Amino acid sequence: MEQVQPTPRNHSRLVVKLLLLVAGAFLFAFALVPLYNVLCEVTGFNGKTSAGFASGGLKTELAPAPASRVDTGRLIRIEFTGTVMPGLPWEMRPLKVSMDVHPGELQQISYLVRNTANRAITGQAVPSVTPGQAAQHFEKIECFCFDQQTLAAGEAQEMPLAFIVSPEVGRDITHITLSYAFFSIEGQRQTLSATAEAR
Amino acid sequence: MNTATTANGHADPHGEGHYSGPLRWLTTTNHKDIGTMYLTFSLIMFFVGGAMILAVRAELFSPGLQLMQPEFFNQLIGVHALVMIFAALMPAATGFANWMLPLMIGAPDMALPRLNNWGFWLLPPAALLLTMPFFLALFGIGDGALATGWTFYAPLSVQGGMGVDFAILAVHILGISSIMGSINVIVTIFNMRAPGMTLMKMPLFAWGWLITAFLLLATLPVLAGAVTMLLTDRHFGTQFFDAAGGGDPILFQHLFWFFGHPEVYILLLPVWGLMPHVLATFSRKPTYGYKAQVYSFIVIGVLSLVVWAHHFFTAGLPVPALIYFMFSTMAISIPLAVLFFCWIATMWKGAMTFETPMLFAVGFIVLFGIAGLTGLILADVAADAQYHHSYFVVAHFHYALFAGGIMGVMTGVYYWLPKWTGHMYSEKLGKLHFWLTVVSFNLTFMPQFFLGLAGMPRRIPDYALQFAEFNAISTVGAMILGFSQLLFAWNIWSCIRGGEKAEPRVWEGAEGLEWELSSPPPHHSWEIQPVIK
Repeated sequence: MEQVQPTPRNHSRLVVKLLLLVAGAFLFAFALVPLYNVLCEVTGFNGKTSAGFASGGLKTELAPAPASRVDTGRLIRIEFTGTVMPGLPWEMRPLKVSMDVHPGELQQISYLVRNTANRAITGQAVPSVTPGQAAQHFEKIECFCFDQQTLAAGEAQEMPLAFIVSPEVGRDITHITLSYAFFSIEGQRQTLSATAEAR
Repeated sequence: MNTATTANGHADPHGEGHYSGPLRWLTTTNHKDIGTMYLTFSLIMFFVGGAMILAVRAELFSPGLQLMQPEFFNQLIGVHALVMIFAALMPAATGFANWMLPLMIGAPDMALPRLNNWGFWLLPPAALLLTMPFFLALFGIGDGALATGWTFYAPLSVQGGMGVDFAILAVHILGISSIMGSINVIVTIFNMRAPGMTLMKMPLFAWGWLITAFLLLATLPVLAGAVTMLLTDRHFGTQFFDAAGGGDPILFQHLFWFFGHPEVYILLLPVWGLMPHVLATFSRKPTYGYKAQVYSFIVIGVLSLVVWAHHFFTAGLPVPALIYFMFSTMAISIPLAVLFFCWIATMWKGAMTFETPMLFAVGFIVLFGIAGLTGLILADVAADAQYHHSYFVVAHFHYALFAGGIMGVMTGVYYWLPKWTGHMYSEKLGKLHFWLTVVSFNLTFMPQFFLGLAGMPRRIPDYALQFAEFNAISTVGAMILGFSQLLFAWNIWSCIRGGEKAEPRVWEGAEGLEWELSSPPPHHSWEIQPVIK
């Protein structure tokens, strides 16, 4: 077999390129966070309804006036559910489990929320709409989820919600489920002690 | 004259006798030494991970809780997976690359020997970090190891105990080690091939590893990013995955599986690369469809980056996304079928003999075929709703990663062991090891397909009575499977200690540069490079 001396080669250029690839992939992971949110908001994937629901009032100003055109030709059943996440000693339920609405019609409903602990606690509700295709057509005019809510010890409150299902919603949508998850917004450590208190 | 070392870009004449004893292994930059260390570490961790899962199977032998509390059970399954993937399978593949790549492509050593040394020595501390919470819990410190399963799903992992932090840091270190290894492999393959060895003349093992290395560089940093976010969510008040703060737990699943799916191919591509060598050797025929296999590797590598969401079809993804991920996942079966065809065509009408490596290779093809076919079932969105998170999935990925990954590694170990040690292993013990492994493997995992179809969920320490028989069979199989691996370790040990002298060309039909060298090869090989015509 013919043999030769190896030619010395400088590896550093290739190594630098590969390290750039690694750094790029690491940054890509962080870039995915905003990209993912933008994608979800634009498409309504994942039941995200809109930005700014946690930033109080913003949504109210931007909300469109109630559409003059009400599509009385069809009814969509809206189902309401709510979950209180672990660490928040609250109870919540919708006053009505479901209602039938015409697209374009302004509707109101309330959730009954009660603080079972013996101290005041602040929580934040996060909405989710299923199916995802309907999420961008589900317009909340007013919602307790726009702001943080504080309940005094043992206090119960009816928290209102006003919404319109836009007439543009696809004709294949017959049911929409609106679900809320109520989170404690106190620090995690306090959350744990709240759980202990609730027991 | 020391051209090899200047070619390596470092001046240290890493010769034997430079240091002796433990210091030699601590400081070595020789690819053969480092390969040996990787493989030894991998074998040890294989038994550590195996012991964990035998405890799990013992608990699952009958319904009810007998041996352990659910919390401990959860720790065992998650750490078992992390140990097997990151500390057993990946180091085994890197060990192969270290030992064999320079021999096969006619290079004097790996391109970056010091990085290579670092890459290895990061592993033992990482393995220690991963398993230490078990021992700390014995002394009342913390509440044990990671108990979220290996996937770290948020929000569970945000709430978990300090075992999660240990695992996050261990994954960081293991990831850095793998990235170092991958950079080394790519630079070695691109810059150090023997003159005349074009990329399309390169051994398929090198091709498989090249794709693996690129996949690692593209995806491991994403995992590192995801677990970093998890760490800051846990301790520094960020809200990446906390819905209360505007984060999204599903985002974690996207990030995790963006790494997690290519990881499957990262584990399998080196094995797919080595299979054609073994099949060609024992069929005494050239490899069938070299180009087709190279292109299949590349296509699979690219496709693996865009199919991740099939791991969480049931998380509530929109229908268009479900359909995209279903079809793209199924598309992977096409290049994979090309590989299967090439493997079988290589054996077709060959003068076949069935030494232990060939037995493992043929066993690999059959059992890995089952993994592929059951994977197609899971890729079906409609069917997956039933099978998701059931024992069907457990059985499927063990057919892929034990029969595909670990039996593939064993194929390589038996195939190259005489080259590494200069001695023949015991063929009798090897064959016994194969038959015990393949029978008990099926005894363990075949019943789990039926358990999954019947609705038994994975990751539970207790189960309904109707699952009792299949679970008992599975546990018996697992015990035989686990303990017959001791034969493997014994066979390797005795082969290192002595035995019949191995020829340079160990196997009659073996082709390739590695067989031109003596067995064992000299400490420094190919310092004068061969010229490929």
